[in-house]
This record gives sequence, structure tokens and C-alpha cells, in this order.
Amino acid sequence: MSHISEPLIFKHSRTGRSAVGQYPQGATAQVPEKFRRRKRAALPEVSELQAVRHFTRLSQLNFSIDTHFYPLGSCTMKYNPRACNAFAMLPEFLGRHPLAPDSVSQGFLACLYELQEMLKDVTGMKGVSLTPMAGAQGEFAGVAMIRAYHKARNDLERTEIIVPDAAHGTNPATATMCGCTVVEIPSLPNGDIDIDALKGALGPKTAGIMLTNPSTLGVFERRIQEVAKLVHDAGGLLYYDGANLNAILGKVRPGDMGFDVIHMNLHKTFSTPHGGGGPGSGAVGVGQRLLPFLPIPTVGKDGDNYRWLDEKDVPQTIGRLSAFMGNAGVLLRAYVYMRMLGREGMHRVAEFSALNANYLLARLKKAGFDAAYPERRASHEFIITMKRQAKELGVNAMDFAKRLLDYGYHAPTTYFPLLVPECLLIEPTETEAKEELDGFVDALIAIQAEAEQDAAKVKGAPYTLPVRRLDDVRAAKQLDLTYGMRSTE
Amino acid sequence: MPFIPHTETEISEMLAAIGAPSIDALFDEIPAALRIKSLAAIPDALSEMEVGRLMQARASQDGRPLNFLGAGAYEHHIPAAVWAIVTRGEFYSAYTPYQAEASQGTLQLLYEYQSMMSSLTGMEVSNASLYDGASALAEACLMAVRAHRKSKSARIVVPSTLNPTYLSVSRAVVEGQNLSFTVLPYESGKGTLQFSTLEALKGEDLTAVVIQQPNFFGQMEDVDAITDWAHANNALVIAVVNPLSLALFKPPGEWGTKGVDIVVGDGQPFGVPLSSGGPYFGFMTTRMEHVRQMPGRIIGRTVDLDGKQGFTLTLQAREQHIRRSKATSNICTNQGLLVTAATIHMSLLGAAGLESVAATSQRQTSKLIEKLTRIPGVKLAFDGYRFHEAVLQLPVKVREVLDALAERNIVGGLDLSNLYPELGNALLVCATETRTDADLDTYAIALTDIVTGVVERNR
Amino acid sequence: MSNIPADLKYLDSHEWARVESDGTVTIGISDHAQGALGDLVFVEVPEVGKSLSKGGAAAVVESVKAASDVYSPLSGEVIAANDALSGSPELVNSDPYGAGWLFKIKPSNNGELQQLLDAKAYEKVVADAAH
Repeated sequence: MSHISEPLIFKHSRTGRSAVGQYPQGATAQVPEKFRRRKRAALPEVSELQAVRHFTRLSQLNFSIDTHFYPLGSCTMKYNPRACNAFAMLPEFLGRHPLAPDSVSQGFLACLYELQEMLKDVTGMKGVSLTPMAGAQGEFAGVAMIRAYHKARNDLERTEIIVPDAAHGTNPATATMCGCTVVEIPSLPNGDIDIDALKGALGPKTAGIMLTNPSTLGVFERRIQEVAKLVHDAGGLLYYDGANLNAILGKVRPGDMGFDVIHMNLHKTFSTPHGGGGPGSGAVGVGQRLLPFLPIPTVGKDGDNYRWLDEKDVPQTIGRLSAFMGNAGVLLRAYVYMRMLGREGMHRVAEFSALNANYLLARLKKAGFDAAYPERRASHEFIITMKRQAKELGVNAMDFAKRLLDYGYHAPTTYFPLLVPECLLIEPTETEAKEELDGFVDALIAIQAEAEQDAAKVKGAPYTLPVRRLDDVRAAKQLDLTYGMRSTE
Repeated sequence: MPFIPHTETEISEMLAAIGAPSIDALFDEIPAALRIKSLAAIPDALSEMEVGRLMQARASQDGRPLNFLGAGAYEHHIPAAVWAIVTRGEFYSAYTPYQAEASQGTLQLLYEYQSMMSSLTGMEVSNASLYDGASALAEACLMAVRAHRKSKSARIVVPSTLNPTYLSVSRAVVEGQNLSFTVLPYESGKGTLQFSTLEALKGEDLTAVVIQQPNFFGQMEDVDAITDWAHANNALVIAVVNPLSLALFKPPGEWGTKGVDIVVGDGQPFGVPLSSGGPYFGFMTTRMEHVRQMPGRIIGRTVDLDGKQGFTLTLQAREQHIRRSKATSNICTNQGLLVTAATIHMSLLGAAGLESVAATSQRQTSKLIEKLTRIPGVKLAFDGYRFHEAVLQLPVKVREVLDALAERNIVGGLDLSNLYPELGNALLVCATETRTDADLDTYAIALTDIVTGVVERNR
Repeated sequence: MSNIPADLKYLDSHEWARVESDGTVTIGISDHAQGALGDLVFVEVPEVGKSLSKGGAAAVVESVKAASDVYSPLSGEVIAANDALSGSPELVNSDPYGAGWLFKIKPSNNGELQQLLDAKAYEKVVADAAH
């Protein structure tokens, strides 16, 4: 990682400079006055080398999986195999227009069809739609299908979505987007759902429940079958948030647990790149009851021929969520990944992500750190709490997180889930080697020692990154969102 | 084991540290009855070489037909430098910049992107992107309802010249939230909004009016008049634009007297390959007064403890991880990697380069129309000024023509006969700067052959 | 220990209400609440003329890491809002019971005043929350 700041690209700009080799010359448009742009947009004017150097330097100011251990809980930052990218970027795939006729799309459609089939199998679902473009859109599709199901049965009062207090913020946000109201239920001190509270929340208004299993607390919901029965008996459906699917891939299937709908984060479990915040891909799977409502398009097969299925094939569909076919290129990457893992490889995902997480947890406990759920197995992730350090040393979870950056480790997820005070949610993933995990533990032990001797040192971290801690209050109060907005240049 | 580094010795050491007899024992909290028996539909693993062979075979099967289809996804030249940088691991394999100090590269790039998009669209602020153009319009409609507190109707007016898929997606996304869409017809012969139908809504409570420029047919709407009418009737204006066209055309921030309120569109023309429809990215820009109603990530510039410039996520209290059920949207991510491509693309081409690409695309489309309308029975559906797409009417069924063109390795355009049955055998075509004069001739010769052939056969 | 003036009424969701001599009521958030939120970066106040019901969401206060609804302790019509907060949200941090007031209402049901907590009861709410 570089520690040298890079000026804004606009600072490299000189009037009249450009990368002329990159675009056609000679054409000028005759634009009628009423449509004409009067003043050119303030885009930079730089040479190709300047642009390449600028953006390469910017890249060097990032932590990434390719450069650093990235144990960000709930995000499954596993290695993104280069082959997945290389084969998804074959020129024929890149050049294919989304609306090209089926006759010149059979190769592409075959990949998508097989991906649907594989995802059905690993989740225990009856149908899959690949179109949602991110986890949040998959969630939206899931809840929208639950709504459509009740509506189709003329069961119009069912507008409440039950969400555990440990849930991701997207769950309640999604429920609201779908016109539902949110009923929050608490978790027990051991991390399981409070069944009594669930019983109290269920009723004739229940549309469904949104669950992550293992939960965001990093533990498996042991009474899931009982939960499923209670919800179904009350007339509701079960939604599986696939955020933590990596923990159970090849071990247990959401369909077998009783879930009616699931979204998968292909960018987590199936290793497509996170890309600095996207693209994601939030494919949804459904059981029998929700099959008629799947978002379109999906890929069907007639004999040897693949074709798009649309409104005509799925008349009760919740509709289209993207202009074309979701994040198609991401789907190809997930397809290559699944083919490379194969049947045996699927099981190993959960096995080795659990091995790495439980090993890290065991070593950290032994080193004196406090597990939030010490009596429980870790799933693919676990929580340690810095409540004691915050109280005794005045060094909190965020301070530990920032100091870890100086040691060359990306910070775990901090302050989520909200239930556990001063928490670090740690997810190593299956692709990390033992020595990397050992190095991470050693770093935390070293920071603990620093905190005991010189708390201020830890609280001032990081020191070795391109910037030190940023003034978020100033960022929010004195908004500076574009170059030139504030006349400081 | 692919992508799993553990040796047998390490596995034993790790299990010993955990105090577990086997890896399987780590799953002892899962009820035994739930454990997977088999995964019959998953084939055996392939090596990288084998999967490469499979993917190349699939890709070759589809080939590289000569493309004259646009309709929201456009084939443009992408400088080699763009994806060489985008696929650097530091961009490709990083996540959302929650730890700002460890993500300054991504954050600064997004700030530069926001600056470029604001200037290009003539607006004050931009978010860090949404999923795609269609879903960005859905979000813009929801945002308009939040931002326009005085309007109680949640009624959005859209012309039928809006990309029909954008309307379908908007309907699907806002389904649970009591918004309504009023679709207004276009003027036959012109292919632009029939203004009198808008005027007929005078005095009604409208939350927003959507205008696409250039519209789905490639024609130019009278954006100044529509914008001013909407504002005079207390409605917000949402512009849907092709960002490349803004190199030539008046930015939405300058439409009418006051400019529009929200701008959205698909950023695909900037450095993003067609790639079967995605991943692309949606962009959104707006006025400063509406910034708190804008969904999605927003990056701000600030200073660190030492007073040094730095970049960070800001206005996060709008977002789902803080506001939960009261968030502006459930969106978490942006399309970071594609925005990276677009920002590099815009930097390489600059305003002059984009202007040249847009002008060349427009010129090639004009040439294409000229060649194709020489074919007997083929004519333009609409008069008027256009950008780089046009609607042609054919003397024969479009579906048959497109199939026959596909056999000659040409993707000939979009069949509009289901979407706009009143246009008859209508075909939407597009040529960008990537189509040479020889390509245009290839298309014209093939179409002449096919149309003549079908006409003969039907005789 | 946070400052809890004895002459005010409170909600357990940390709003305060002061009955003015003309019968109108001024509303804000408590010193404890501003401390828990941290530096405020944005405050959204209700529009003048809006009618509020007791317990309904009336305003929003935002810090960098949190956002919180402010509930109206009483039913009534909004007769004034503190416009100074749009430029200086930090007034809520520095002077929560004075310059950091949020809005004033003309109450429509004076009986509701009796249902609010007095300083002593609110002090207990804050003390309990600390455990």
C-alpha cells in the first residue's frame, strides 16, 4: 500500500490536453440551438499516461483481498479466483447485446440455466431467478413475492414482517419498501431466537419472517424447525437472508430447514468480486408456493433449446427488477466458480470456513479476549466484545479496528450487530491459510499490550495509512461532494 | 482442494486448538435430520483448463455478430487502459469503503466520479451510483415523493416514449408504496410527447413528470417546454438521459427556466461492455436541496486529524444500516467497479473525446438510415432531430427479418411490434462509432436481400 | 450525570416540554439524549401549521453514526420551529434546553400534560438506561 496522497485528477488537467488516440476524429454534430450544450462539462483534460498513473496510484491507496487479510464479518471476503474473471470476460460474452436473439445466445443461456439448476440444488429450492442485482434487491424480490402470494390468495391483511433484533438493517428497510410494517423480536442471551416472543408476534397479520441462519450473531439457530412450523401454522412464510450462506454451503439447505424463499449473495458465497462496493448479485430461490411469482426473466429449456421466460410464461410474476438480465457478467463468474468447486468443493466451503472461524475464536479466547457467545460453536464467523477494554482501558472496538490497519490487517466489522456492545464481527473465510490467521491473532495480542501500556497510542491509530482518522462530523456538516463545490481550490 | 490452502498437518493442529475431534464436529449444533444427503445436480469439479475450454466453447457458440441494436445498451469503444486498471486487485477485490483510511483510493475515485457526473448533467450533487438506469428511475420516483412534500398524490407522469422496460421496472419496485403512473401518448409522425395531453392535466396534483432525452425512439423531446410546464404546475421533473448524449446536448440542469430536479440514467456507454445487460450502473444527480432524500452512497471530502485532505462516506444517517425501516432505500451498495470504469473512461476521453464519440455515432446512424431507407418499402417512422437511434418501418414482419439477419451473423435491431403495435412492422436500429461504413453496407445489403426475398415469397 | 432541569416535563424517549406563560409548549431533546447521540450534523424540524399527535414522530436528529426520531410529547399544532438549527445543529449539543429547542406547539389537549414524566421520574429513566 502506498502512503503518498494523490491529488485529484482535476489538478492534472490542462486545457487542450487529451488522449486523442482513444476516440474517432473528424465528426462534428450539427445540433439545433435549442438542444445544444453551450459549455463543455468540466471533465479532466489529461494524457493517457497521466490517467493511467493517477488511477493506478489511487488503487494503491486501497486495502483489498488481493493485498490484505480482510476478515470483515458478514461480508465473506474470500479469494475471487482470477479464472472466473478471465472466462466471464471472453470477448464474445462482453460483446453480446442483452436483447440479441436467442439463436445467437445459446452458449450464454446454457451457463445461466445450469447456474439456476446448481443454485436450486445447493439451497433446496424449486426455482431460481438470477435477475436481482444485489443482496438488497434479492431481499426486495423475496418480500415482494411473499406479498404477492398473500394477495393472490386474497389474504390482504397480512402486512407484518417479523425481524429479529439482530438482523441487518436491510431487512427492515426492505419490508418498508414493500409496504409492510416491521415487528421486531428479541434474541435470547445464548443467541437463539426468543420463541415466546415469536409466538406473541405471530398472528393473522403475519406476512412472514426474515431470518439469517446462522444469525448475524455468528451462531446457528438450533430451533429452526420449530420456528418454521410456528410461522407456517400462523399462515406466514419464511424468508432466508443468504448473508451467511457460506457457513452452511454443502452442509444444510435452507429449503430443508423450511424456508420458502431465499436470496443468495453471489458476491459472498460464490466469490464474485465486491468491486469496492459492487456489483453484487442477489439471486433468489423459492419453494413450490412462490414459484408463480419469481421475477423475470429466467432461463427455460425446451428440448435442447434455451430461451428466456417472461410475462407470458410467468403471468403472476412480481415483474422486472432490471432493464435486462441483472448483473449478467457477475452470474458468469459465479457459474465458473461453482464449476471449479464441483460437488466435493461445495461441502468444503462450509467446512473450512467453520474450521478457520473456530480456530481463530479458540486462539483469541485463549489469548484473553471475550467471546460474545463463549459457549457456542462459531459458524463461519463470530463476535468478540471489547466492552471490558473500553471500560478498563478506554480503548474501544473502533480503536482496535483502526490499529489493526497499521498492522496490515483490514478491520473486522465493527459495531454490528448492534445488540453486542463494542463488538468485532470476524469472518476469516475458507481461503485464508493458517499462518495468516496466526498473524492476525498476534496483531490483536500486540494491540492489547499497547492498549494496556499506552492507550493514547491505540486511540490515535492509524498512523501508517494515507490518512489518519477523518473528521466525519465536518464531512456531514460542511458538505463537499464535488470538486469546486467549496471555493477552497 | 481448489482455493483452500490447508495441509493435513495444519488441519490437525487447528482442530487440536479448537478441541474438536473432526471438522464434522464443528457442525454439531445443526440438527442431524437437516444435514445434506447429496448434491445430485452439481457436477464434478473442473480444473481451470477444463472450465476454460468449456467457457470458450460456449462463447464461440454465440460468436460475435455485427450489432445494430441499442435500446438502452450501446456498443462503444473502450480504451484498453480502462479495464486493465479496473481489474487491478486493489479495485476488483476491495469492498465498500467502510474503513475510510484503508479505502482512500475507492473513495477519492468516487468523489471524482460525483464531480464529473454533476458537471455533465448540470446538477449540484451526485450519488456514488445505483444498480442500473431502470432501477435508478424507480428510486428517483420514490425520491420525488419524499422530496415533494406538498404533493399528496404520489402520481408520476411518464410519456410512452420512455423506455418501456424502465417503466416496468419502476412499477415493480414501487408496487408496495401506493405510487401511480399516468402514461401519456406520443404524437404520431413525430415520436415525441403529445404536449396537449400533458396540458390536459393542468391543475391536477402531480408529484413528478418524467422526460427521457433522447427518448426511446431516439427522437428529441421539447424538454424546455415540458420542464417549464411541470414546474408551473408544481410538479418536480425527473430527466432520464444517455450520459454520452450530454456531450452534445443541453444538460438537464439547464432545461427550461429552472432546470430539472432529479437526473437519472444508465452509465453503460462510459467504459462498460454490453456484457449481456450487466453489470452496468445507474447514476443519479440532483439539486443540493434534495440531497438528504437521495438514496445510495454519497462520498464527501473532509480532513483527517492532522488537517490533511481525505474522503469518507457521508450522510449515512439516510441509509439502511442506521435508519433501518425508515431508510431512504434498502440499497447498500453501489456499482463500484463499473463506476471505476466510467471514471477512467471519462478521464481518458475528456469532454472533447465524448463529443467526438457522440457526433460520430450520430453520423453513422444517419448514414445507416440513409442506406436502409433506400430499400423499397423501408421508411422512417418519425421526422425530426435524433441522436443515434431511429425507428424504421418495414414492409414485412420484423421478427422474420431479424431471424434471417441473425443467420447472417447480424443483430439487426429491436422488434417494436409488440411494444408499440400501432407502429406496424417497426424496428429500432442504432449505429455507434464502432460501426464502419463497410459494416453499414453489410447491413444494407443483407436487409435488401431479406426484405426483397420475403416480399417476393409473399407475392 | 446529565442536566435535568426540575421545571420541565419529559418523555421516556428523552424529549422535554416546557409550558410557556402564554400556554404554548416548547419542545426539545434532553441533555442525556444529545450526549448519547454525539455531535449532531442535521436536524429536521416540523413545518409550522402541521398538526401533531401525542407520541407521533415530529422531528429527526442525526449524528454521524445515528439518526433518531423525536416524538411529540403532546397533541397540537406546530406554531414555530427553530430554523437556526438548519445551519447550526450543534446548538442542540451545546444548549439543549435553550437555543437548541426544536419546535413549539399550541396544545389541543391540556390533559395530556399530566401524563408526562416530571424531572425526578425522568432522572430514574436515565439512571436505569445506564445499566
